[in-house]
Amino acid sequence: MDQAAAPAVRLAGVEKVFPVKDGEPTVALTGIELEVGQQEFISLIGPSGCGKSTLLRAVGDLIPVTEGTVEVNGKSAHQARLDREYGMVFQAPVLFDWRTVEANVRLPLEVTGYPKGKRDALVAEKLELVELGGFAKHYPHQLSGGMQQRVAIARALALQPSLLLMDEPFGALDEMTRERLNAELLDIWSETQTTVIFVTHSIPEAVFLSSRVVVMSPRPGRIAETIEVDLPYPRSEATREQDRYYELVTEVREAIRGRPESGKDLAARARSDSSFG
Amino acid sequence: MTASASRARRSPVPSALSAGLRQWAPPLIVFIAVIVAWEIWASGGGFFNPIPTPSAIWSALFEEWALLSSSAMATVIEALGGLLIGTVAGLTVGFLTSRWAIARDVLLPLAIGASTIPIIAVAPILNNWFGVLNPLSKMSMAALLVFFPIVINVTRGLVEVGPAKLELMRSYAADDTTVLRKLRVPHMLPFFFTALKVGTTLAFIGAIVGEFFGGTSNVLGRVVLQAISAGKFDVAWAAILIGATVAILAYVAVTLIERAVIPWYWHIHDTPE
Repeated sequence: MDQAAAPAVRLAGVEKVFPVKDGEPTVALTGIELEVGQQEFISLIGPSGCGKSTLLRAVGDLIPVTEGTVEVNGKSAHQARLDREYGMVFQAPVLFDWRTVEANVRLPLEVTGYPKGKRDALVAEKLELVELGGFAKHYPHQLSGGMQQRVAIARALALQPSLLLMDEPFGALDEMTRERLNAELLDIWSETQTTVIFVTHSIPEAVFLSSRVVVMSPRPGRIAETIEVDLPYPRSEATREQDRYYELVTEVREAIRGRPESGKDLAARARSDSSFG
Repeated sequence: MTASASRARRSPVPSALSAGLRQWAPPLIVFIAVIVAWEIWASGGGFFNPIPTPSAIWSALFEEWALLSSSAMATVIEALGGLLIGTVAGLTVGFLTSRWAIARDVLLPLAIGASTIPIIAVAPILNNWFGVLNPLSKMSMAALLVFFPIVINVTRGLVEVGPAKLELMRSYAADDTTVLRKLRVPHMLPFFFTALKVGTTLAFIGAIVGEFFGGTSNVLGRVVLQAISAGKFDVAWAAILIGATVAILAYVAVTLIERAVIPWYWHIHDTPE
């Protein structure tokens, strides 16, 4: 890739404030400094309200930041969006009911004016990648939730994006489906050589997938800690049974709860965070 | 009955014929039963006397066929003309209100407010404006009734596409025209057809109500009034029967168009869970 010299994402002094009607403005993000290397797999994790989705949306230029710079492949996030460098996968599959599976995957190609003659081959290739080759003519409502989310991933990959932004894509799925899709996603990632930023509130998911886990804390949303995941790729189901995997899961969990400042503080945080387990 | 139904359910390839029969048989049986009961009741002399028997209405249909068919044709032209005018106007205003927030803030409350007016009261005024003998006065009555559901549904269908789908299009840096073509219009079509089906029924009501307030005599509304004042109730009922038949045919035609234009929608709603 041409921009190999520039980091995939560079965030400096990013702040996001949402005005509140008749009240104190909400500081969703403050003092965010983060650099994501090319072809890295980064997870953003933290309790609800810590601003992880807001941060992802700022990177994708879906919302403007209040302060600071957001650069993607050495240019502004806005320019990167205009240059169609993103693939986005949301929590819901957001498929168009009136389009078949293949037509949904073709949508970004139509929008961006991709050469007509090359569309079908590309769509077929992406559907093979997510193992839905046999479902091209189906409508979304005929598929399970996990299959719909795979269609959304194929659609996000259709434009061969250099940066894949995923906002809790497997959050609505059952644990078994989620683990299978985690493994599939890693295969796709190694095949496509794309950079991934992945928002989740599942600690095992973050550790299993990422090369780095960025732990965020709420009110105001900021980066509490960044944890290197030194488990070698390619990872498999066996990775989930390694001692190092458990250690890292524990480390991330402690980072989310906040490193103990005092015993009383820890207990209070543990109570208030238990719902995010 | 129960045995055959459960057998059909168990068979791996459900036959379209038996499925169609299961759907249509009950209303058909009830319909025939009502007609038979009516025939027996009316020939014995019921309380709504004089009430013609279905067989008397049927023969009046043939005796007065020339008058009834030409009147029905005139009423159909009024209703369909009104449906066309109301639909085009409704689509136009719907697109404008969805495109410009200012238009939406101004026009939509007006449209919703205006739709609460008992529009039938306006019929004499429309007759006066367009000329009582001009079919346009009846068309405008029909168009007025059709207009409001179309505007409201088209606007909703174009606007309420959901933030997630808009964000997806934004992530592709899609321009407004592309968002309109690829997202808003396809999303709006089921809303539009729902309104169009309601509008088809309303168009016939509008046209016939307009006829009641005066105009040429060879139209269904006038035929009903004149037949009743002449005591020919069988002819009045025959005219109503024809009016119902053409309205149903128009409705079925719109449904067929809907199936052709948005097959995916029917696919979702016809697929058993």
